[in-house]
Amino acid sequence: MRQYIIKRLLICILVLFGVSILLYSIAHMVPGDYVSNITAGNQNITPEMEQRMREAYGLDKGLVEGYFSWLGDALHGDFGTSFVYKQPVVEVIGKYMPATLALAGISMFLELLLAIPLGILAARRQYSVTDYTIVAIAIIGISLPSFFFAAVLKRIFAVGLGILPVSGMVTARVNYTGLALFGDLAKHFILPITVFVITGVGSYLRYVRTNMLEVLSADYVRTARAKGLPERKVIGKHAFRNTLIPIVTLVGGMIPGLFSGAVITESIFALEGLGNVALKAVYAGDIPYLMGFNMFIAALTLIGTLVSDILYAVVDPRVRY
Amino acid sequence: MEDMQTKNQQEQDEFEQNQVILTPGQLVAKRFFRNKLACVGLGIIIVMVLFCAIGPFFSPYGEYEIFYIDNETGKEVRMAEGGVGGSNMGVNVKAPMSSKHWLGTDADGRDVLTRIMYGGRISLTVGIVVVVIELITGVLMGGIAGYYGGAVDMVIMRLVEIFNSIPFIPLMLIIASVMFAAGVLPQYKIYYIMGVMGILYWAGVARLVRGQILSLRELEYMQAAEATGIRTSRKILKHLIPNVMPIIILIATMDMGGVILTESVLSYLGVGIAWPYASWGNMVDVVNQSVILKNYVNIWLPPGICILLTVLAWNFIGDGMRDAFDPRMKR
Amino acid sequence: MADKNQRQELKKIKKYNLKKYREYNKQMRKKRVPESEYLTKMKNPDNIIEFDNLQSYFYTDVGTVKSVDGVTFDIPRGKTIGVVGESGCGKSVTSLSVMRLLQGPQGQIAGGEIRFNQQSTGRALNLAKVSMKEMEKIRGNEISMIFQEPMTTLNPVFTIGDQLCECISLHNPEMSKKAVEERALETLKMVGIVRDGILKNYPHELSGGMRQRVVIAMALACDPQLVIADEPTTALDVTIQAQILDLLRDLKDKINASIMLITHDLGVVAEMADYVVVMYAGRIVEQGTADDIFHHPAHPYTIGLMKSRPMLNQKVDRLYSIPGNVPNPVNLPEYCYFKNRCDSCVEACSGPYPSLVSLSDTHKVSCHLHQGEAAHKKQTGGKQNA
Repeated sequence: MRQYIIKRLLICILVLFGVSILLYSIAHMVPGDYVSNITAGNQNITPEMEQRMREAYGLDKGLVEGYFSWLGDALHGDFGTSFVYKQPVVEVIGKYMPATLALAGISMFLELLLAIPLGILAARRQYSVTDYTIVAIAIIGISLPSFFFAAVLKRIFAVGLGILPVSGMVTARVNYTGLALFGDLAKHFILPITVFVITGVGSYLRYVRTNMLEVLSADYVRTARAKGLPERKVIGKHAFRNTLIPIVTLVGGMIPGLFSGAVITESIFALEGLGNVALKAVYAGDIPYLMGFNMFIAALTLIGTLVSDILYAVVDPRVRY
Repeated sequence: MEDMQTKNQQEQDEFEQNQVILTPGQLVAKRFFRNKLACVGLGIIIVMVLFCAIGPFFSPYGEYEIFYIDNETGKEVRMAEGGVGGSNMGVNVKAPMSSKHWLGTDADGRDVLTRIMYGGRISLTVGIVVVVIELITGVLMGGIAGYYGGAVDMVIMRLVEIFNSIPFIPLMLIIASVMFAAGVLPQYKIYYIMGVMGILYWAGVARLVRGQILSLRELEYMQAAEATGIRTSRKILKHLIPNVMPIIILIATMDMGGVILTESVLSYLGVGIAWPYASWGNMVDVVNQSVILKNYVNIWLPPGICILLTVLAWNFIGDGMRDAFDPRMKR
Repeated sequence: MADKNQRQELKKIKKYNLKKYREYNKQMRKKRVPESEYLTKMKNPDNIIEFDNLQSYFYTDVGTVKSVDGVTFDIPRGKTIGVVGESGCGKSVTSLSVMRLLQGPQGQIAGGEIRFNQQSTGRALNLAKVSMKEMEKIRGNEISMIFQEPMTTLNPVFTIGDQLCECISLHNPEMSKKAVEERALETLKMVGIVRDGILKNYPHELSGGMRQRVVIAMALACDPQLVIADEPTTALDVTIQAQILDLLRDLKDKINASIMLITHDLGVVAEMADYVVVMYAGRIVEQGTADDIFHHPAHPYTIGLMKSRPMLNQKVDRLYSIPGNVPNPVNLPEYCYFKNRCDSCVEACSGPYPSLVSLSDTHKVSCHLHQGEAAHKKQTGGKQNA
């Protein structure tokens, strides 16, 4: 087991290297006069800073040489300075992370909370009206463009009915504290989370359903029934423990999707999270931030996969490393 | 006694001859067309393609033709008609739905319906081109990894992991900002985006194809084929490809919706197809202006519905395909 | 035009199936079924199970498949009954019907009775109508089942101990955890597994033969009155097969249970069974004692089956094989299902399906060849009685 984890960790580091090479090569494709263009007309940026940026991107060096100097800095936790925020990238990420984690975390939790029971229900009642309804809703959710769905929700609930805020994280010019602040935050998060969950839950739901169908037709479920176990226990214990195996791998794979979703949802609802900042960074040409952001997600994704691989061994006794 | 037996034999022969035997392809087609939702999806796609491909020929307006209005007479003037420079002339923005502009005009005074047609061309083309690129790369890489195994497999799978651990949209943001910095012209941007999307999507395809090939290699008939000592090329062509085909067709249909959706998101975020070219995604991005969100639903709702319908249709087709190929796992 | 007709036909089938599914779901959702609906009376109190005109249908997209269509036979207490027939003849469906394990709502018991002589309460239950709750008490406790595939019948994520103890404590809620474990070890010993830590093993750690023993132990753990063995040895290799069969035979004497042995292996039946039922296309074509069937087969199909097995003391170039195929289970003909494969047809065979006639007290056959014979016997028998 330990050996396996070490091996996986090493592979993770290898993959992370690959990611950084890929990202760096893309970033290195910017033209030579890029930094001067970006800095032109910005008094805050001194010639030294400009020089440092050039160095950071190795724009005056070759690809390989530049990469290694960037990597050296990155290993020390220095991903450069964000143009937009004039702060080290790591600090910017740290500052805006809570909103994104709250949004993505709550949404992921709700998605699983909906996908697992509904998927199981649909599988148990295959071909029934319940099944068709659940699957139809899932497919519509998958097909909904999140920005469009967000616009429709905003139009109905925020603009039309006026019961929920249009955007932002807190009501402007009001200083809530304590519980009131929490309530205000919650109110602002309702629509973003709805968009997130509805557009995201479909694929997981179908995944759970397909796997459950497979498990339900397995011989050991019939054995469990033949033993005289009540249906509740057949599903809840024998079938569920077996569907848990694919679900565990699913959770690890959810992370990248969450960040992609965060970029869209945060920008539409003007939530101050990593995704929204990333989008602003694109318009401002803030490549250091984007590099840091992508590396951060990549690392998180790899950790997620690693954790789900380890969990896999926990839930499936046949897997031994 | 003899009579009876010959008669029996005849009956049996007749019975066997009357049995309709369908080829696997026919069976798949039959199962596919029995699925109502899949048929509806196919119908929507056909209508959409016709609408976008032929529609513009019937529309009297151009993609980025701007309409002006005579503020005194209230008469609409087309750009080509000239005389739009007068002081009494204004751009006919956000015109309501009328017989001239079925869906009104947008914030820049362009006909919404016509732009939806042109935008659809882009979205559908992007879908097809990207899927073709991802299939070519993915099948090739996955095939090589699965067939040869060993070190080659190891390298390709690590590559797949690299691509899988960077989420698509954040990565696209970097690429967009590089394109922005490099000053790529809007009319070329679309080609870059198609290329980049195709290359970034290959990883998923490669993994599926590799898995399929690995499990096929284990199957007895593959070993039997091996045992007969046929050439490698023939083995791949005659035994592997036909069995991987279903999964390739499946990926193609299932991904089509996803690609169109992603393209629309990119356009919406302003990192995809850019002004003045229309795409369904960038037509919806006017919702960021709260006035339009509130009062001019006719500008942003139709393109959004077009995206929804098209993606939904592809997903229905994909679902129907999966059922048709794998009757065990209905839907 | 034909296509249109066909489509209409399919639509009609779909509608009919939907109706059946709804009825089934309604039936299944009923929490409480009044006793009067399923209490019945045994024809003979010495029988443990009486099948009476059992009909189990599958409502599929292309039509209703009558997998079991009017099957009637008894399982006497303490005896072994062998059910034989080729694949798809309905023998497994018969056994699943007893356990009420047909995959609903497509597969349902459409008619007939399965009378079960419940020893613990002294009642006779109609298993076709009994509520699921009642059925759960019977399954694994009074009637248990051994399945064909030992590789997949055990749940891969639970230990042997978990799965075995679960069954015991479920039907004996008063037993302490320790007692349950002891009982589990005891049954494992009975099937010949004496190994330390077996309870902590996962199924994938055991060989196929071992797993089948565990499955058998699970079936026997609660001292059932009837054990249904659905091809228990098909998936095993020959040496293990013999061991398992020996085991089953020994156990039958030990626990005094009836066995319903389902197989397509005539050798197994000859070795084990007291009575034999031969099924073809969902119906019984012949039934009788093992002696009747093996030494005096009457139905052409049974005769064909007997001819098609290898004999040690006979030299043949080729083994006999019955010509043709099993008829399509949808839209079965009006006449005898075996007619097109039969080599001794008579004029009457084009007529209606032959009814089951008795050749002796135990021996029954459903064939036009013997229709007259039986009538004759009846007449003479009548005279003798007079």
